[in-house]
Amino acid sequence: MSDIAGTKPALRWVVHASVIFLVVLWVVPTLGLLISSFRTADQIATSGWWKSLFPSEQNLTLRSAPPDTQVLENGIYVIEGNLFDAGTSAMISQWGVSSRAVDAFVPGDTAELRRGGTITVDAQGNYRMENSEEFTGSRGARVFVTAELPPEFTLANYHKVLLAEDSSDSMGRAFFNTLTVTIPATIIPILVAAFAAYALAWMDFPGRALLIAAVVGLLVVPLQLALIPLLKFHLNIGIGKGYLGVWMAHTGFGMPLAIYLLRNYMAGLPRDLIENARVDGATEFQIFTKLILPLSFPALASFAIFQFLWTWNDLLVAKVFLIDASGQTTVMTNQIVELLGTRGGNWEILATAAFVSIAVPLIVFFAMQKYLVRGLLAGSVK
Amino acid sequence: MHPALQGLLTIAIGVSGCVGYFYLSNQFLDKVLFPARGPNAGRNINRANMIRPWLFLFPALAALGLYLAYPVVETLRLSLTDRVPGGGYEWVGLENYIQMANEPKFWEAMRNNMFWLIIVPAMSTAFGLLVAQLTDRIRWGNVAKSLIFMPMAISFVGASVIWKLVYDTRPAEQDQIGMLNALYIFFGGTEPQTWLTIPFWNSFFLMVVLIWIQTGFAMVILSAALRGIPEETIEAAILDGANPFQIFFKIKVPQIKTTILVVWTTITITVLKVFDIVFAMTNGQWETQVLANYMYDKLFRANDWGVGSASAMVIMLLVTPILIWNVRNARKEME
Repeated sequence: MSDIAGTKPALRWVVHASVIFLVVLWVVPTLGLLISSFRTADQIATSGWWKSLFPSEQNLTLRSAPPDTQVLENGIYVIEGNLFDAGTSAMISQWGVSSRAVDAFVPGDTAELRRGGTITVDAQGNYRMENSEEFTGSRGARVFVTAELPPEFTLANYHKVLLAEDSSDSMGRAFFNTLTVTIPATIIPILVAAFAAYALAWMDFPGRALLIAAVVGLLVVPLQLALIPLLKFHLNIGIGKGYLGVWMAHTGFGMPLAIYLLRNYMAGLPRDLIENARVDGATEFQIFTKLILPLSFPALASFAIFQFLWTWNDLLVAKVFLIDASGQTTVMTNQIVELLGTRGGNWEILATAAFVSIAVPLIVFFAMQKYLVRGLLAGSVK
Repeated sequence: MHPALQGLLTIAIGVSGCVGYFYLSNQFLDKVLFPARGPNAGRNINRANMIRPWLFLFPALAALGLYLAYPVVETLRLSLTDRVPGGGYEWVGLENYIQMANEPKFWEAMRNNMFWLIIVPAMSTAFGLLVAQLTDRIRWGNVAKSLIFMPMAISFVGASVIWKLVYDTRPAEQDQIGMLNALYIFFGGTEPQTWLTIPFWNSFFLMVVLIWIQTGFAMVILSAALRGIPEETIEAAILDGANPFQIFFKIKVPQIKTTILVVWTTITITVLKVFDIVFAMTNGQWETQVLANYMYDKLFRANDWGVGSASAMVIMLLVTPILIWNVRNARKEME
């Protein structure tokens, strides 16, 4: 009905413009990091990522082919080639052969080389060096160019971050560790909570209301309180720091939300269905596995996404219960924080590492947004 | 053993352990302990039905009790004791709290936390409400919402990296690669600023990160609430000649007041627990300390469990009013 108000064209225009503005504001920071992860360290350090989308003018120092590639043409020694790597389409605006006069010539000019001979460079970077005597030395001639370079992106950062042998940069192992933490820590609480949720929703026993209230209360207890007591507990029973400890901790911390979400959903299932099954002689265990579990799939999916995102993105629980002094079991979030500390200036590594860790939750998010929204709506205490 | 194998094994053991426990304990109850036959069949069925809920509840209650309820008590105890070198604890009463109250870093954390507690929920809710209202009737609203919701999936650490790039500073003679400085220079700023080291204001730059993440959450909940408003009330207001702003502030907002409060309190809880953002971006330097990071510092860097636990209790204390409010609401709803 707000459409009546929306028929004022000016207002409608303002609405569209403000939504566009907000969306841009929200997306651009992430976009910046994503684009940076495809740029080289030099590019990131010398220009803003937004400039990489457009051709940019850069000063480059390039080299011709070395003298041993020269050929003899009609008594003149000639070296020919292109200054740029294959596949680069740059436009040279100015060039020079001395570092003191990098813009002495325009494309098409011919310059005298200091070590004898001449060089002609065209706008595409093709050059021809000519000399009446043989070119000497082991390296090619230096050429300074000012060129308009097209946007250029590379996958080298991802290659380095995921596959590097050097473990301080490597996210490969951390990625794998994160996965190892996440999957059991998502599946096990669902199962444990589902049974409890069923009991709280459909079984009658004294103290039920009190238990539900307790679950609601525990929903907001900060897990910070649990760090030392539980670390002590884990050390006492001999698990120490490790996967088992972190799986147990995530199961415990995820329990209130799991029970709360699942109970609310199960309590909303039609009463007739369950009563009929009971009359027909089904045991509670059968009702639960054959009837309630399949019907509760949307709620199970909602919680699974929450728990997955939360365990994947977690730093604190992993730091306290998992990562020991050896650092073999580091997870991605921890690895990124270490990179921030030790290599805070290496944006190409940082951006790529961050994106490797963000990619999986983003895929899950966009694929299963429906369940996430549904879970949020059910999960916020009304 | 390879961790992947260990993980698979844990899933297998965990899942089959759970299923096995529930199945076998039910079997035991029905077949052995209180069989539903013989002279006492009726009584046995009743008895079995009294015990069964607790069988279903036991693993979950054990996890809840051990991982959430017990730590509250234990942290309280730890906050009143000090570790004695060589093992053991000694009762020190409120000494840890007094020591904490004498630390300027603690008060800095408290002051910053107060700002976080006011600004982040307020801004997230306001932006969430704004986006929910604006996107409500436009055709590509769902795409817009989806994009603004997206940061919810990004870890606090990932978000910290994203925003650190935005706040990056290069020396004045170089091109700025951080967007904020680039804009600042573009609009006439002279010197590039190192945003995260400007005391007082730097906390606000950290808050931006959390607002950016939480707005999507507020938007989703509030958007559903806005759609739940009865059309008649809005129609009536339009017929009475209300303008769009009056409809929004006088008709819509009052009707979703409860939901706004829920969103507000939920974000408040998140703010109290926020640790990763400060830890990753400034680690509490340049006067950006917050309680959760202060606590982590005390527990794991200074190894002072007493003061660390005391600061954890402060967080618990700040959460308690919301806890009570939530429990009361939940009970009211069930009746």
